[in-house]
Amino acid sequence: MTAPPLGKDLVGLEDLSADQIRLILDTAEPFKEVSERPIKKVPALRGKTIVNLFFEASTRTRISFEFAEKRLSADTVNVAASGSSVQKGETLVDTARNLEAMRIDMVVIRHPSSGAAEFLGNRIRSNVINAGDGKHEHPTQGLLDLLTIRDKHGKIDGIKVCLVGDVLHSRVARSNIWGLLKLGAEVGVCGPDTLLPRGIEELGVCRFRRIEEAIEWADVLNVLRLQLERMEMGFIPSVREYYRVFGVTAERLEKAARPMTIMHPGPMNRGVEIDSRVADGPHSVILDQVTNGVAVRMAVLYLLAGGRPELADAAKGPGGPE
Amino acid sequence: MRPLLLKGGRVIDPSRGFDQAADILIQEGKIAAVGTGLGTPDGAEVRDVRGRVVAPGLVDVHVHLREPGNEDVETIASGARAAAAGGFTTVCAMPNTDPVTDNQAAVGFIVRQSVRAGLTRVYPIGAISVGQRGERLAEFGEMMGAGAVAVSDDGKPVVSSHLMRTALEYARTFEIPVADHCEEPTLAAGGVMHEGLVAARLGLKGIPAAAEEIMVGRDVLLAGLTGGHVHLCHVSTRGSVALIRAAKEQGVRVTAEVTPHHLTLTERHCERYDTHAKMNPPLREAADVAALRQALKEGVIDCIASDHAPHAYDAKEAAFDDAPFGIVGLETAFAVAYTELVVGGILGLPELVHRMSTAPAAAFRLPGGTLQPGAAADVVVLDVTARWTVDPAAFFSKSRNTPFAGRALTGRAALTIVGGKVAHQAEAPAGS
Amino acid sequence: MTLLGRRLASKPEMSRPDRTIILDARALARALQRMAGEVLELAHGTDDLLLIGIQRRGVELADRIAKLIEKDKGTRIPRGALDITLYRDDLETVGPKPVIGETRIPGELAGKHVVIVDDVLYTGRTVRAALDELADFGRPKRISLCVLVDRGGRELPIQPDIVGERVKVNSGERVDVLVEELDGRDEVNLVRQGAPA
Repeated sequence: MTAPPLGKDLVGLEDLSADQIRLILDTAEPFKEVSERPIKKVPALRGKTIVNLFFEASTRTRISFEFAEKRLSADTVNVAASGSSVQKGETLVDTARNLEAMRIDMVVIRHPSSGAAEFLGNRIRSNVINAGDGKHEHPTQGLLDLLTIRDKHGKIDGIKVCLVGDVLHSRVARSNIWGLLKLGAEVGVCGPDTLLPRGIEELGVCRFRRIEEAIEWADVLNVLRLQLERMEMGFIPSVREYYRVFGVTAERLEKAARPMTIMHPGPMNRGVEIDSRVADGPHSVILDQVTNGVAVRMAVLYLLAGGRPELADAAKGPGGPE
Repeated sequence: MRPLLLKGGRVIDPSRGFDQAADILIQEGKIAAVGTGLGTPDGAEVRDVRGRVVAPGLVDVHVHLREPGNEDVETIASGARAAAAGGFTTVCAMPNTDPVTDNQAAVGFIVRQSVRAGLTRVYPIGAISVGQRGERLAEFGEMMGAGAVAVSDDGKPVVSSHLMRTALEYARTFEIPVADHCEEPTLAAGGVMHEGLVAARLGLKGIPAAAEEIMVGRDVLLAGLTGGHVHLCHVSTRGSVALIRAAKEQGVRVTAEVTPHHLTLTERHCERYDTHAKMNPPLREAADVAALRQALKEGVIDCIASDHAPHAYDAKEAAFDDAPFGIVGLETAFAVAYTELVVGGILGLPELVHRMSTAPAAAFRLPGGTLQPGAAADVVVLDVTARWTVDPAAFFSKSRNTPFAGRALTGRAALTIVGGKVAHQAEAPAGS
Repeated sequence: MTLLGRRLASKPEMSRPDRTIILDARALARALQRMAGEVLELAHGTDDLLLIGIQRRGVELADRIAKLIEKDKGTRIPRGALDITLYRDDLETVGPKPVIGETRIPGELAGKHVVIVDDVLYTGRTVRAALDELADFGRPKRISLCVLVDRGGRELPIQPDIVGERVKVNSGERVDVLVEELDGRDEVNLVRQGAPA
């Protein structure tokens, strides 16, 4: 039995159907088991070359992808490209051409400009996986968040998930919104108006101006990292005020009607958007998110890795495994 | 120069409300006669323009010709050639060149280059402030003396209201318009497209409509205060339209232009991060497009101007955030406007001709936009039946950055005459 | 019934019906009973026996054989499941990726006699993949192969230690094994390729 294809690239969850998203989540389950084995390696992508092209510093996402790639027996190369704002555009086009010329099989790209993954995917034959493009999407993070919710609650359909914090600048939030809506969850956002995008309700999302209202409504809180530059840019008056008004604290959660599942894409600003007690508490699934991240990335790489379908017909005749 | 007789066309001259079949005789670079049954002088060249529309040469008050400083993407010569191909006999060149056109020598250079090219007339617009830095007024008088027809800091807004006020007041001495690019910089900073639902989905920073409207409001108030003439560049929002309408009703001396792309395209064209849809002001919403069309029809917006902005092909080959703003427009302006507005039933052809020739000439007090006998023979012969597909590789402009590539359009300039001399002649389309 | 099946299997293709039953439920049960006995003999008892079924139907068959041995000997026989998709040698060419089933190996492999159980043995590539995958889990004392149907057509030097039924299959045909747990009945069919599953 073969599964429906995903296309050449994974650029964002907005472009995927609910079935495709479910396929990735279902495929991630057996890969979780691979990470529990004594030898955490399967030969599925043996001989494939994968470049991790990171124009933004990122330790956790890059390492997660690297583990996923190595556990599939692929050869990996890490490129930490600097992007000064003057050189960004030029570097990306030239990089695309160089990768094409080197016949790389797959590229995992993180870039500060929205649309960079699609830009690259349109220009090279390799598979392109978006590890975060500007403020647009971070699809593997969205997928691992979905998997974590599904593991904890048994389903996604009908679950109420509230994204808390800087939704305006968050690619994690956008991917979450698309994935959750497509799989039938109810989605809310909570934060000051300065950090919520205009028109967000037109996507089918409800908004809460106070964290207490969000806590009352939600089954799951996905707490987004507050970048300290936001204060410098005038979106919030101070970090202290943000914590006082919007912080996810143990006291606020105690008032919740039911136990709240707590998620965070990391890295956390303890004491800013989230309390340590909450992050380390019994309802936090933050570490499960990390575990699921490797499995989800393995599933994505596995599903995207090119087959050559014209040879598939030859494989179907005598000679196929039985 | 031989006399030239254009025989049998439909002559539309909005400056005199003239719209009927007639011949036009051009002698010594001027319109000699307009009427039926004109005799053919000895030695005259006769061109049969039956089935065509003969109109005053089109006038574009807002183009960027990149010379001096960026001659690899456009020069005055290539821009003038592109303009002639688009049916324009006069264009006004914005001063955001490198170096900025803010003194009489720089203005004189552009005038000389235009004369050398010998095609469409290129009139320089001088800067409002030295270096377009928004600090000190440039020498309006010296620039006018060298041939400038208006002042603008376009490319940038005039941020200081005090500077805008003094510019409007000082310009009264020379009776020139002060053209402003209306953009409140702190609201618009970092924005790359219209602030709305599409930007939210794409994860791109938006420029809210209010950023333009705040400056439009300020500029009409200052024009009212000073009695000066403010010209509003590339209006893009319905809010701006409302402010302009109210100001005109109160007798404020304000004129306004709109681009063909703002009359046609919306923010949805930015989907898939197409950098050919990236310009400033950005493409807005369908309601804005509707309001702009209505405003043009009513005359609240006086004219169409292309904001022709050439860029190198690889400059636009970048992530959306990093690509430069702007598209070329001289060679598609008339066809887009004709297809969308006339064929689309919004404007009649005489109204469109008015908005693209007589009205812009009047707004900037330029010669042109008329077929009055005695006027310079700046004439365009339009083929409004020609159907063609936009092919950027065939542009006379050095640049190719257009969102209309591959689009099927109706209408083009068959013949463009500047001062009695043919500046452009289209190949006959198949079957004509 | 099996003799009839074999006679039918060797008829010329033209007059072949779409689907022929080679083993019905009773015949299949008898075959499994015999195979269970052979497993016991091969493993010299149950002390270090570990049955591992290959996804998918090998898992159910391993379970049945384990239960038959348990009924006989009274001791619990550990069993596991192995999905070999990620070790397939044709993963590159197969186009849209196959769905991956569960892999579940109980305990350590060291010192164990692993008996791999599968429904149909054909080219041998599945078993090769299973051997590679087991090697990544550990080093058993011994590995044996037990299959319900051997249809011949080997492309690799791999032979079964225990066989339920040998079937001659012509080109354009395949063997389908159905099990109660997944398909609602126990049956082994010879099917003309292109006929509905």
